[in-house]
Amino acid sequence: MTAEELKSVEVAKSVDARGTACPGPLLEAKKAIGTIKAGDVMEILSSDEGTKQDIPKWCNKQGHEYLGFAEENGYFKVYMKKK
Amino acid sequence: MEKSNEVTLEMLQKQVDELTNKVAYLENNRKDQLSMAIVSGDMDKILAAMVISVAAAAMDTQVKLFFSFWSLSALRDPKKSPKGKDFISKMFGIMLPNGKDKLKLSNMNMAGMGPMMIKMLMKKQNVMSLGEMFRQAGELGVEITICEMSMGLMGFKKEEFIDYPHLSYAGAATFVADAGESSIQLFI
Repeated sequence: MTAEELKSVEVAKSVDARGTACPGPLLEAKKAIGTIKAGDVMEILSSDEGTKQDIPKWCNKQGHEYLGFAEENGYFKVYMKKK
Repeated sequence: MEKSNEVTLEMLQKQVDELTNKVAYLENNRKDQLSMAIVSGDMDKILAAMVISVAAAAMDTQVKLFFSFWSLSALRDPKKSPKGKDFISKMFGIMLPNGKDKLKLSNMNMAGMGPMMIKMLMKKQNVMSLGEMFRQAGELGVEITICEMSMGLMGFKKEEFIDYPHLSYAGAATFVADAGESSIQLFI
Protein backbone atom coordinates (compact mmCIF):
# COMPACT_ATOMS: atom_id res chain seq x y z
CA MET A 1 0.00 0.00 0.00
CA THR A 2 1.20 3.55 -0.65
CA ALA A 3 1.72 6.05 2.15
CA GLU A 4 -1.45 7.90 1.02
CA GLU A 5 -3.55 4.73 1.15
CA LEU A 6 -2.15 3.85 4.55
CA LYS A 7 -3.33 7.16 5.99
CA SER A 8 -6.95 6.23 5.29
CA VAL A 9 -6.70 2.80 6.92
CA GLU A 10 -8.69 2.41 10.12
CA VAL A 11 -6.21 1.60 12.88
CA ALA A 12 -7.44 -0.54 15.80
CA LYS A 13 -4.28 -0.18 17.85
CA SER A 14 -1.33 2.18 17.84
CA VAL A 15 1.92 1.11 19.46
CA ASP A 16 4.39 3.85 20.26
CA ALA A 17 7.81 2.20 20.35
CA ARG A 18 9.81 5.33 19.62
CA GLY A 19 11.56 5.14 22.98
CA THR A 20 13.23 1.79 22.33
CA ALA A 21 15.92 0.40 20.04
CA CYS A 22 16.09 -3.08 18.52
CA PRO A 23 14.58 -5.48 19.54
CA GLY A 24 12.26 -3.20 21.55
CA PRO A 25 9.77 -2.30 18.80
CA LEU A 26 9.30 -5.96 17.84
CA LEU A 27 8.76 -6.84 21.48
CA GLU A 28 6.16 -4.08 21.90
CA ALA A 29 4.40 -5.22 18.72
CA LYS A 30 4.35 -8.81 19.95
CA LYS A 31 2.83 -7.75 23.27
CA ALA A 32 0.17 -5.60 21.59
CA ILE A 33 -0.88 -8.12 18.94
CA GLY A 34 -2.72 -10.16 21.56
CA THR A 35 -5.00 -7.23 22.37
CA ILE A 36 -6.50 -6.87 18.85
CA LYS A 37 -8.88 -9.06 16.84
CA ALA A 38 -8.14 -10.95 13.62
CA GLY A 39 -8.45 -8.59 10.66
CA ASP A 40 -7.68 -5.51 12.77
CA VAL A 41 -4.91 -3.17 11.68
CA MET A 42 -2.11 -2.18 14.04
CA GLU A 43 0.40 0.60 13.52
CA ILE A 44 3.81 0.63 15.14
CA LEU A 45 5.59 3.93 15.64
CA SER A 46 9.35 3.55 15.63
CA SER A 47 12.50 5.55 15.11
CA ASP A 48 14.67 2.43 14.89
CA GLU A 49 15.47 1.95 11.18
CA GLY A 50 15.74 -1.84 11.54
CA THR A 51 12.03 -2.00 12.41
CA LYS A 52 11.13 -1.38 8.76
CA GLN A 53 12.74 -4.70 7.83
CA ASP A 54 11.95 -6.58 11.04
CA ILE A 55 8.17 -6.12 11.16
CA PRO A 56 7.61 -7.54 7.61
CA LYS A 57 9.77 -10.55 8.55
CA TRP A 58 7.77 -11.07 11.72
CA CYS A 59 4.47 -10.76 9.81
CA ASN A 60 5.68 -13.25 7.23
CA LYS A 61 6.59 -15.79 9.90
CA GLN A 62 3.36 -15.40 11.86
CA GLY A 63 1.06 -15.15 8.86
CA HIS A 64 0.00 -11.53 9.50
CA GLU A 65 -0.32 -9.18 6.57
CA TYR A 66 2.29 -6.46 6.29
CA LEU A 67 0.73 -3.35 4.76
CA GLY A 68 3.63 -0.91 4.45
CA PHE A 69 5.17 2.06 6.22
CA ALA A 70 4.80 5.83 6.16
CA GLU A 71 7.53 8.33 7.00
CA GLU A 72 6.77 10.95 9.62
CA ASN A 73 8.91 13.68 11.05
CA GLY A 74 11.85 11.89 12.68
CA TYR A 75 10.11 8.52 12.91
CA PHE A 76 7.88 6.25 10.83
CA LYS A 77 4.74 4.17 11.14
CA VAL A 78 4.62 0.53 10.14
CA TYR A 79 1.19 -0.96 9.38
CA MET A 80 0.13 -4.59 9.65
CA LYS A 81 -3.10 -6.57 9.69
CA LYS A 82 -3.58 -9.42 12.16
CA LYS A 83 -4.19 -12.90 10.78
CA MET B 1 -0.56 -68.32 -2.85
CA GLU B 2 -2.81 -67.03 -0.11
CA LYS B 3 -0.03 -67.37 2.37
CA SER B 4 2.43 -65.28 0.36
CA ASN B 5 -0.22 -62.53 0.06
CA GLU B 6 -0.53 -62.40 3.82
CA VAL B 7 3.18 -62.08 4.18
CA THR B 8 3.25 -59.16 1.73
CA LEU B 9 0.52 -57.34 3.65
CA GLU B 10 2.40 -57.88 6.87
CA MET B 11 5.58 -56.53 5.31
CA LEU B 12 3.76 -53.51 3.95
CA GLN B 13 2.28 -52.79 7.36
CA LYS B 14 5.73 -53.01 8.86
CA GLN B 15 7.16 -50.62 6.27
CA VAL B 16 4.32 -48.15 6.83
CA ASP B 17 4.98 -48.24 10.56
CA GLU B 18 8.68 -47.64 10.03
CA LEU B 19 8.01 -44.72 7.71
CA THR B 20 5.47 -43.21 10.12
CA ASN B 21 8.07 -43.28 12.85
CA LYS B 22 10.68 -41.77 10.59
CA VAL B 23 8.39 -38.93 9.46
CA ALA B 24 7.50 -38.16 13.08
CA TYR B 25 11.20 -38.03 13.92
CA LEU B 26 12.02 -35.80 10.95
CA GLU B 27 9.14 -33.45 11.68
CA ASN B 28 10.37 -33.13 15.24
CA ASN B 29 13.83 -32.38 13.90
CA ARG B 30 12.97 -28.97 12.52
CA LYS B 31 11.07 -27.44 15.40
CA ASP B 32 10.58 -23.70 15.48
CA GLN B 33 13.22 -23.58 18.16
CA LEU B 34 16.52 -21.79 18.74
CA SER B 35 19.28 -23.51 20.67
CA MET B 36 22.32 -21.49 21.60
CA ALA B 37 25.46 -22.59 23.40
CA ILE B 38 26.88 -19.54 25.17
CA VAL B 39 30.46 -20.02 26.26
CA SER B 40 31.87 -16.47 26.18
CA GLY B 41 31.56 -14.15 29.13
CA ASP B 42 32.25 -10.87 27.33
CA MET B 43 29.61 -8.21 27.72
CA ASP B 44 29.27 -7.68 23.95
CA LYS B 45 28.80 -11.38 23.27
CA ILE B 46 26.26 -11.87 26.04
CA LEU B 47 24.47 -8.78 24.75
CA ALA B 48 24.34 -10.18 21.21
CA ALA B 49 23.09 -13.52 22.50
CA MET B 50 20.33 -11.85 24.50
CA VAL B 51 19.23 -9.52 21.67
CA ILE B 52 18.86 -12.51 19.34
CA SER B 53 17.10 -14.55 22.04
CA VAL B 54 14.60 -11.82 22.89
CA ALA B 55 13.90 -11.17 19.18
CA ALA B 56 13.41 -14.90 18.52
CA ALA B 57 11.13 -15.29 21.54
CA ALA B 58 9.12 -12.24 20.41
CA MET B 59 8.64 -14.07 17.11
CA ASP B 60 7.23 -17.05 19.06
CA THR B 61 10.29 -19.19 18.50
CA GLN B 62 11.06 -21.40 21.50
CA VAL B 63 14.46 -20.34 22.85
CA LYS B 64 16.81 -22.61 24.80
CA LEU B 65 20.09 -21.16 26.04
CA PHE B 66 22.89 -23.34 27.32
CA PHE B 67 25.32 -21.38 29.50
CA SER B 68 28.77 -22.79 30.17
CA PHE B 69 32.30 -21.72 31.11
CA TRP B 70 32.94 -17.94 31.07
CA SER B 71 29.31 -17.09 30.36
CA LEU B 72 28.36 -18.31 33.86
CA SER B 73 29.71 -15.00 35.23
CA ALA B 74 26.76 -13.27 33.57
CA LEU B 75 24.35 -15.37 35.62
CA ARG B 76 25.94 -14.62 39.00
CA ASP B 77 23.88 -12.59 41.43
CA PRO B 78 26.19 -10.07 43.20
CA LYS B 79 23.78 -9.96 46.15
CA LYS B 80 24.33 -13.63 46.88
CA SER B 81 27.44 -15.01 48.56
CA PRO B 82 27.46 -18.80 48.82
CA LYS B 83 29.15 -20.48 51.75
CA GLY B 84 31.39 -23.51 51.92
CA LYS B 85 33.70 -22.85 48.97
CA ASP B 86 37.24 -24.19 48.95
CA PHE B 87 40.26 -21.93 48.39
CA ILE B 88 40.50 -22.27 44.59
CA SER B 89 36.75 -21.78 44.14
CA LYS B 90 36.96 -18.64 46.24
CA MET B 91 39.84 -17.35 44.10
CA PHE B 92 37.86 -18.02 40.90
CA GLY B 93 34.92 -16.24 42.45
CA ILE B 94 37.04 -13.18 43.16
CA MET B 95 38.77 -13.11 39.76
CA LEU B 96 35.69 -13.60 37.59
CA PRO B 97 33.10 -10.85 37.01
CA ASN B 98 30.38 -10.95 39.64
CA GLY B 99 27.23 -10.58 37.56
CA LYS B 100 26.12 -9.20 34.21
CA ASP B 101 26.88 -5.59 35.16
CA LYS B 102 30.55 -6.40 35.76
CA LEU B 103 31.32 -8.06 32.41
CA LYS B 104 34.24 -6.90 30.27
CA LEU B 105 34.26 -6.04 26.58
CA SER B 106 36.07 -8.39 24.19
CA ASN B 107 37.58 -5.30 22.55
CA MET B 108 38.32 -1.82 23.86
CA ASN B 109 37.82 -2.82 27.48
CA MET B 110 40.38 -0.23 28.62
CA ALA B 111 40.28 -1.27 32.28
CA GLY B 112 36.54 -0.85 32.52
CA MET B 113 36.27 2.44 30.61
CA GLY B 114 34.88 0.64 27.55
CA PRO B 115 31.93 -1.07 29.25
CA MET B 116 31.12 2.18 31.06
CA MET B 117 30.99 4.07 27.76
CA ILE B 118 28.96 1.36 26.04
CA LYS B 119 26.43 1.43 28.89
CA MET B 120 26.18 5.21 28.58
CA LEU B 121 25.62 4.94 24.82
CA MET B 122 23.08 2.16 25.25
CA LYS B 123 21.10 4.30 27.66
CA LYS B 124 21.29 7.30 25.33
CA GLN B 125 20.11 5.29 22.34
CA ASN B 126 17.39 3.48 24.28
CA VAL B 127 18.95 0.04 23.95
CA MET B 128 17.66 -2.27 26.69
CA SER B 129 20.19 -2.96 29.45
CA LEU B 130 21.34 -6.54 30.02
CA GLY B 131 19.24 -6.66 33.16
CA GLU B 132 16.16 -5.58 31.24
CA MET B 133 16.89 -8.15 28.51
CA PHE B 134 17.08 -10.97 31.05
CA ARG B 135 13.80 -9.75 32.56
CA GLN B 136 12.10 -9.71 29.13
CA ALA B 137 13.59 -13.09 28.26
CA GLY B 138 12.13 -14.49 31.47
CA GLU B 139 8.71 -13.08 30.64
CA LEU B 140 8.86 -14.53 27.12
CA GLY B 141 9.72 -17.99 28.41
CA VAL B 142 13.34 -18.14 27.25
CA GLU B 143 14.85 -21.19 28.95
CA ILE B 144 18.30 -21.07 30.49
CA THR B 145 20.24 -24.23 31.24
CA ILE B 146 23.44 -24.08 33.26
CA CYS B 147 26.17 -26.57 32.41
CA GLU B 148 26.74 -28.54 35.61
CA MET B 149 30.24 -29.59 34.64
CA SER B 150 31.63 -26.11 34.02
CA MET B 151 29.80 -24.81 37.09
CA GLY B 152 31.70 -27.36 39.16
CA LEU B 153 34.94 -26.75 37.32
CA MET B 154 34.86 -23.01 37.97
CA GLY B 155 33.79 -23.49 41.55
CA PHE B 156 30.40 -21.83 41.25
CA LYS B 157 27.48 -22.88 43.42
CA LYS B 158 23.81 -23.00 42.49
CA GLU B 159 23.05 -20.57 45.32
CA GLU B 160 24.97 -17.74 43.67
CA PHE B 161 23.01 -17.60 40.40
CA ILE B 162 20.26 -15.11 39.57
CA ASP B 163 16.59 -15.79 40.28
CA TYR B 164 15.38 -16.59 36.79
CA PRO B 165 11.96 -18.15 36.14
CA HIS B 166 13.12 -20.82 33.66
CA LEU B 167 16.49 -21.92 35.03
CA SER B 168 17.68 -25.52 35.06
CA TYR B 169 20.90 -27.50 35.31
CA ALA B 170 22.04 -30.20 32.91
CA GLY B 171 24.89 -31.67 30.91
CA ALA B 172 26.13 -31.48 27.34
CA ALA B 173 23.78 -34.21 26.13
CA THR B 174 20.82 -31.96 26.94
CA PHE B 175 22.21 -29.29 24.64
CA VAL B 176 22.92 -31.83 21.90
CA ALA B 177 19.40 -33.26 22.17
CA ASP B 178 17.75 -29.80 22.20
CA ALA B 179 19.94 -28.53 19.36
CA GLY B 180 19.16 -31.65 17.35
CA GLU B 181 15.50 -30.78 17.19
CA SER B 182 15.99 -27.02 16.71
CA SER B 183 15.83 -25.36 13.32
CA ILE B 184 18.36 -22.75 14.52
CA GLN B 185 21.55 -23.65 16.35
CA LEU B 186 24.07 -21.06 17.42
CA PHE B 187 27.30 -20.95 19.37
CA ILE B 188 29.06 -17.97 20.84
